[in-house]
Amino acid sequence: MEQILQVFFNAAILERAWPFLMRGVTMTLLLSLVVVPIGLASGLAVAMLYHLHRKWLSRFLIAYVDFFRAFPPLVLLLFIYGGLPFLGIDLPLFGTVALAFLLNTSSYYGEIFRAGLESVPAGQAEAARSTGLSRGQTMLWVILPQATRNVLPDLISNTLEVIKLTTLASVIGFTELLNNARNAQALTYNATPIVAAALIYLVLLWPLVRLVSRLEHKSIAVR
Amino acid sequence: MELQRLAFSFFNGDVASRYWPDIVHGMWVTTYLAAAIVATGLAAGLALAMARSFHFRPASFLIVVFADAFRALPPLVVIIVLFFAFPYVDLAMSAFSATWLALSLVLAAFAEEIFWAGILSVPKGQTEAARSTGMSRLQTLVYVILPQAVRLTIAPLTNRMIAVTKGTALGSVVAVHEIIYYASSGASEAGNPTPLTLGAAAYVVLFLPVVMFSRWIETRFAWKR
Amino acid sequence: MLKGIDLAVAQGELVFIIGPSGSGKSTLLRCCNRLEEPTSGSVVVDGTDITRPDVDLNRVRQKIGMVFQSFNLYPHMNALGNVTLALRKVQGLGRAEAEAQGMAALTRVGLAEKARAYPNELSGGQQQRVAIARALALEPKILLFDEPTSALDPELVGSVLKVMRELRESGMTMVVVSHEMQFARAAADRVVFMDGGVILEQGRPEKIFSRPDHARVGEFVARIASHQ
Repeated sequence: MEQILQVFFNAAILERAWPFLMRGVTMTLLLSLVVVPIGLASGLAVAMLYHLHRKWLSRFLIAYVDFFRAFPPLVLLLFIYGGLPFLGIDLPLFGTVALAFLLNTSSYYGEIFRAGLESVPAGQAEAARSTGLSRGQTMLWVILPQATRNVLPDLISNTLEVIKLTTLASVIGFTELLNNARNAQALTYNATPIVAAALIYLVLLWPLVRLVSRLEHKSIAVR
Repeated sequence: MELQRLAFSFFNGDVASRYWPDIVHGMWVTTYLAAAIVATGLAAGLALAMARSFHFRPASFLIVVFADAFRALPPLVVIIVLFFAFPYVDLAMSAFSATWLALSLVLAAFAEEIFWAGILSVPKGQTEAARSTGMSRLQTLVYVILPQAVRLTIAPLTNRMIAVTKGTALGSVVAVHEIIYYASSGASEAGNPTPLTLGAAAYVVLFLPVVMFSRWIETRFAWKR
Repeated sequence: MLKGIDLAVAQGELVFIIGPSGSGKSTLLRCCNRLEEPTSGSVVVDGTDITRPDVDLNRVRQKIGMVFQSFNLYPHMNALGNVTLALRKVQGLGRAEAEAQGMAALTRVGLAEKARAYPNELSGGQQQRVAIARALALEPKILLFDEPTSALDPELVGSVLKVMRELRESGMTMVVVSHEMQFARAAADRVVFMDGGVILEQGRPEKIFSRPDHARVGEFVARIASHQ
């Protein structure tokens, strides 16, 4: 028992590592604040392009989405990180991470928004167009609000996944929470920093998990 | 010239011929690991959902805590805690076991929630009808509720299985000898990204059919909205 | 599929279109505001050929109101929101002005007190009247009704027909696709019978319903009447 406390919950070590961990939390939140909006925007773009129902464009988009859904995000990240320099492109670490996330999350959010747009009955657009609303106005004021509401549980659930994925950036040395925790662990030769990091993730993300659960059960209840 | 350089970098025949046996071995490890995770995770998730359906409060509470925790924790964090933290208390496990256990726990947590949602979606009258014919709780669950519940769970389970098994790539962080481990060590050894290309192609070969299968599943067994 | 339809609707006229399913009634109606694109020919509304490529379709459509079988109210907006959306976004009215105009339209269909209700809080008949108000608010020159009562429970049909009758009396030009024969008999100026994408016969309601020239029209009318 004593030993477990010493190794996993060592107060002295936690105190030393704390500022370091907090800087990691800040970077994790910052990274999330960048990659989630990028993912939402690009996913929405993918879905709206699909919604034009141009045969070849749709096929291309499905291929794009499936390709990046088949690709483990870590592989994508390492491929971009390791491959871009050979193309003579020198992206900063943040840019590398953002690019990998753009490709990965646009396909997931894209699938969700696509399902959302398809869930809105065709009569909605017809009614809007019959009152003189343009294509764009119809999309913005009539279709999108309904589509988003219909897939809100999936959107939040995917956002949770995207935030969890930010841990991958630690693999290429981006100094977010997990990366800092591992460095602290290596320096102190004690497991407390990574256990603390795990608990921080738990505290930060647990509310989102609860929210997803509630929304999903609610949507089952109304069926 | 540019194109030639591109080909030399990413599609270098010499490098490819040197490293493809490693990648193939990695593919085998990835497949094996993924299969083990799917088997363990689904079985554990189903068992937990069934246990929860008996409405024994303390057990249900623990199951919910477990499911919440492993849905909230990033899988990479779970792997790293298992692999790097437990050796300090003499509970060392191999990188393969740590990855297998971590991702099985994660899949079990998600699978439990999906199976549970499926069980809840079956109308109460089904249980009442079955119990009124003298079937036990377990019999009711196995013969009446689950067959109806499973149909609704197929599409979300497939998607979650894909997401979690793609996580086998995370094993490379603790040096599991799977595809991306060979691909990145090969790339740095050769000073050429061709092994990364091979690795990427290997994942597409393994997972693209599964993703396409899931698309088919989704249209076939879609949640009725 | 429509084959050479030639139909003129006078101002203030109520034209009723009947015919078996698949006869092209709805298609004809939807060509009138180009929800369906005619492959050839022209559609002239209020002196404007709306099939010309340089026509501002969204401008024209405001003058051609449409009411759908399935109401197609926007579920995320309350009744007033449904009625004022196009006023605000297309005509660019301010909120106050749009709401005043929207309330006037809701009052005409007898639903002023339901302005803040959402579609799922309204009965089918009320939803359809909100949909009529949505079209009316734009002050259209003509109203198109695509089977406005066929998705309604029988006891709710009357409230919608009452609104349509009042519109008729106020001089609104209307084209109605429907099987409400009694209503047609009482309110229509002209009944058009369509079959296989062509107009088979048209005339005063009493003529079409009592002594049509074509046997097929008589059979159809008798079949519908026996269901009502």
